[in-house]
Amino acid sequence: MTQAIATILAQAGNRYDTNTGAISVPIYQTASFGHPALGQSTGFDYSRSSNPTRLVLEETLARVEGGHKGFAFASGMAAIDVVLHLFKQGDRIVVTEDLYGGTFRLFEKVFRPLGIEAIYVDTSDFVAVRKALKLEGVKAVFVESPTNPLLKIADIRAIAKAARESDVLTIVDNTFLTPVFQRPLEQGANIVVYSATKYLAGHNDVVAGIVVTNKPELSERIGFYQNAIGGVLGPQDSWLTLRGLKTLPLRLRQQQKNAVVIADWLAIHPRVRRVYYPGLPNHPGREILDREHSGYGGMISFEVSDPARIPQLLAGVKVFTFAESLGGVESLITYPAVQTHADIDAESRERLGINSRLLRLSVGIEDMGELIDDLKGVL
Amino acid sequence: MNYATRLIHSGKDRDPYTGASSIPIYQASTFHQADPEHLGHYDYARSGNPTREALEQAIASLEGGARGLAFASGMAATSSVLMLFSPGDHLVVGQDIYGGTYRALTTLFRQWKLEVTFVDSTDPASVRKAIIPATRALFVESPANPLLSITDLRAMVAIAREFKLLAITDNTFMTPYYQRPIELDFDIVVHSATKFLGGHSDLIAGLAVTRDAELGHRLKVIQNTFGAILGPQDSWLVMRGIKTLGVRMEAQQRTAGILANWLLTRPEVKRVYYPGLAQHPGHDVHKAQASGAGAVLSFELHEMAMALKLLKHVKLPLMAVSLGGVESILSYPATMSHAAMPKAERLARGISDSLVRLSPGLEAPEDLIADMERALGSGQ
Repeated sequence: MTQAIATILAQAGNRYDTNTGAISVPIYQTASFGHPALGQSTGFDYSRSSNPTRLVLEETLARVEGGHKGFAFASGMAAIDVVLHLFKQGDRIVVTEDLYGGTFRLFEKVFRPLGIEAIYVDTSDFVAVRKALKLEGVKAVFVESPTNPLLKIADIRAIAKAARESDVLTIVDNTFLTPVFQRPLEQGANIVVYSATKYLAGHNDVVAGIVVTNKPELSERIGFYQNAIGGVLGPQDSWLTLRGLKTLPLRLRQQQKNAVVIADWLAIHPRVRRVYYPGLPNHPGREILDREHSGYGGMISFEVSDPARIPQLLAGVKVFTFAESLGGVESLITYPAVQTHADIDAESRERLGINSRLLRLSVGIEDMGELIDDLKGVL
Repeated sequence: MNYATRLIHSGKDRDPYTGASSIPIYQASTFHQADPEHLGHYDYARSGNPTREALEQAIASLEGGARGLAFASGMAATSSVLMLFSPGDHLVVGQDIYGGTYRALTTLFRQWKLEVTFVDSTDPASVRKAIIPATRALFVESPANPLLSITDLRAMVAIAREFKLLAITDNTFMTPYYQRPIELDFDIVVHSATKFLGGHSDLIAGLAVTRDAELGHRLKVIQNTFGAILGPQDSWLVMRGIKTLGVRMEAQQRTAGILANWLLTRPEVKRVYYPGLAQHPGHDVHKAQASGAGAVLSFELHEMAMALKLLKHVKLPLMAVSLGGVESILSYPATMSHAAMPKAERLARGISDSLVRLSPGLEAPEDLIADMERALGSGQ
């Protein structure tokens, strides 16, 4: 039975525990599982390998992504780390250039010394991606779309098709749009990764990562590394993530509704130089999103005219919280150059547009009028 | 089975469905029913939750009772037990009962015409004298809070049987690890599981255990009707705490003994109350009904100013209400546990303004001694 995402998510974990009928999946706060007899297993042996609470979360994500299997990790970085273990010395990966700072650090400081090279391209430029895919040794393309923080949009369908033709894996970080608005596996990608800390859990109260694969051979390898490396998500956090997922469609819809109004308002504000929001009519990626996806999300970046006012602005916000992270029910404001993207050198940051004028908003579900009043007050 | 083993394997110590070595936390409010005509064992989590039930079975087994019930706090457990009685019923209650129980009896239940006579339960004759035709139960605590006074539990049961009364006791200070009143024929044991059973100062919980199933059923009806149940996360944490109850009690009791003896040597200290001291009133009675002296002691300083100085200058113990955690807690009964009691009443019971209660945690005893030594000497 094909079900809408809202239905799958609202029902996640229900009917799992047929023993008691509990509507909410139990939190299996256990390390180990007793065996019925020698040579028999209940299907669970040791919680690193598999835990019933984590399994329900993993199965739920696999379903909503239309994937083969899901895997839950202790953080988004732990999830991406496991995916990058699929590659070996000498392999090259085409990577979105304005990448999340933590992923950039993982590529440069952890995997480059191991002999895995990232080739950074503007993945919103399909021609540049196609060219890079043909380079010697390229085994994968790692796409963030929308990108962080400039919200550039990649044509995932076109990239995945070109990658497949070059026998290259397509990996998409879908943290910003979530399966509610964008389902990369249905567009031909092989692996989707998430920081579930963000929209999926959605309450700024959990750190978690997710991987969903599209075929058994990838599932087998990711499952092997998940168990071998062991950066798994604990049962309490798995349960909280599942709990968050139940309201994901509602939250995202409200966040997007607020974001559209705020982006429009910022776009005509005299102290704002530039607004990046994929829902704005003049956003270069809007056409792709309208064709391929069903929403623009709740993230906005914008440049202020006078960067000297930023410290004052960040100190003055009352509804927005000046903090890293995003995707929660509470609105956050971030200064990417000093926070999320501090690991990228100043020159690269400037070239990519992550300059000292840039601020990022993660729009929450507060009252739209109060969010605008807050920004009005500090701008 | 050795009691240390029972602590690890009491009740349902593993999940029957997956074999999980720890009972799952059933964070569910309702349960799907396979058959509309015959509801399953679980229907609504107030009535029954598998995680809470595992704790309830564990405490019943550890106290040697027929039924255990878990409540949102020790007071919720005690209040639910008091709801077994009717207007006009009379209780004889030990005068050193916990301050919160005293408050419930003298305000909430008095309004409902539950009559109470407070007596010195360390003297069985005065208990017997307080019994009237309407008396339905005896409610005592031993050791009592905060003077660690000892009530002869066997004598209480004998009186209860003679007059056909329910015998109820609060076993928070001893826990079943050291004292099992139901084995002495008590009818109901209540606990603030917040204390030694939970043991980590990280939850609020109460437990009640009944000796027989019929009384257990009546209390279960009250639990379900009143609804002051313990949530699944806290139920699970209490069970987790119970696994180390034995080792914690042993270590904390050892430290309590060391501290009690050290306090006896201090010139600032007028008197030490600890059942493990041979000169403690009731020491022999306690030894006959419990297998340990426990890990709570009180001591009186020569003057109130010294007590305040100690409380203000110690660094290791928390200055707080509650007890029984892995962290040492120093309390000032006058403003804390017995604040609800009128001052004249409090002083008459020996709970002076110079009295301090100590619940030693798992810190090294020499560190606690050094800390208190410094605090007592500071400013001199």
